[in-house]
Amino acid sequence: MKLKLKIWRQKNQASKGTFETYDVVANEHMSFLEMLDVLNEDLISQKKEPVVFEHDCREGICGTCSMVINGHPHGPNGGTTACQLHMRFFKDGDIITVEPFRASAFPVYKDLAVDRSAFDRIIQAGGYISVNTGQAVDANSVPVEQNVAEAAFDAAACIGCGACVAACPNSSAMLFTSAKVAHLSLLPQGQVEENQRVLNMVNQMDAEGFGRCSNVTACEAECPKEISVANIAMLNRKYFKASLASEKKVQ
Amino acid sequence: MSLTGLFLVLFLVVHLAGNLQLLLDDGGEAFNVYTKKMTTSPIIKVISYGNYFFILLHAFQGILLYFKNRKARGSEAYAVKVTKAVNTNSFAASNMAWLGLLILVFLGIHMGDFWYQMKWGEVPTVVYHGDTYENLYLKVEASFSNIWIVLFYCLSMLGLAFHLTHGFQSAFQSLGLNHPKYSPFIRGVGKVIGVIIPIGFAIIPLYYFFLK
Repeated sequence: MKLKLKIWRQKNQASKGTFETYDVVANEHMSFLEMLDVLNEDLISQKKEPVVFEHDCREGICGTCSMVINGHPHGPNGGTTACQLHMRFFKDGDIITVEPFRASAFPVYKDLAVDRSAFDRIIQAGGYISVNTGQAVDANSVPVEQNVAEAAFDAAACIGCGACVAACPNSSAMLFTSAKVAHLSLLPQGQVEENQRVLNMVNQMDAEGFGRCSNVTACEAECPKEISVANIAMLNRKYFKASLASEKKVQ
Repeated sequence: MSLTGLFLVLFLVVHLAGNLQLLLDDGGEAFNVYTKKMTTSPIIKVISYGNYFFILLHAFQGILLYFKNRKARGSEAYAVKVTKAVNTNSFAASNMAWLGLLILVFLGIHMGDFWYQMKWGEVPTVVYHGDTYENLYLKVEASFSNIWIVLFYCLSMLGLAFHLTHGFQSAFQSLGLNHPKYSPFIRGVGKVIGVIIPIGFAIIPLYYFFLK
């Protein structure tokens, strides 16, 4: 299949980017990233600069790939990362627009690669438990209700790719932050530091310059792991509770 | 935004109930008696000042939110822009600020049309059962015979319809009230009031323009 790609090219953070158009011959068994590999091989053989894009596991679990394909983070297929998007979902002769994730908090490094370290700092602010766990306890010694465990696991499915921020018209990181908070708060080990965690993570999220949630729900619609906005409501609840209960001043 | 918004929904319901008296075929008596009560009762006065405050607060919060979020989005826009949404209208959800601005402009014009006239303008009087009343009904008739006013009112109500459809359920989500059992009901109520309230308001100018 012959495709025309309109790809965002940007030399570095300081420079201004622009779209370049490339022709590429792919086949329908390739993943989107493999198709970009083919393009890059072509570019290298022509002694041109290859397109920079991030990738790691290529099996949809690491959250490294980050690009907006035809207006959709990770492409138009629901519940799929860009690396798991296969070319059979496109037609011969398609013109595909590929852009980096756009948000003030995610500055473009180069081409399609953006700096998502803001997410790391949100996690550092409280996305962990500091309870000494000691030796591994016996299975089922801390009972967790089945549906609660399921909800925690659904939230924990977040791979932190940033598609929620990219999809949100406000560039809000609420879905990411709420998934991390929900996943920890639903389980007994995570409940110990809940108030502190919620306040610290939300404060860090605001400090990073992410927008405010206005419940557009584009995040859930585009999330490759289909994380629900119900987690955002849970974060809001926990934030109210923590603001009232915590001795720490809310910033 | 959520708390002020929900308060304003309550105001809309009360305001609509009062206005529907304009559909009565009594030469405006019920409406004029009602407007006198509304402009003279001290309790209503307190509530109305609270209401103005909440309208301004809601608008102020909205404008602040708009600029914060625009800054977060950054200067570079997507070349291909798509907004998908789950369980809400994506057009309404991503244009709340613009819909709100339309409603704010409408409020300015609307208050100039009626509220200002009642307070400081010259409204002719009418006597019912020995008591004198300002005949705001005449003013309503005059305004709603102008096609441009009628069209603008209807357009604003369409804006309000979208604003309410997203806003009502969004308020509950912001307050953390999302539950698999109750959320579908809340979304349903949001859709119903998002249709019924604006239609209720829009019927009045349409009725006056076409049937009076």
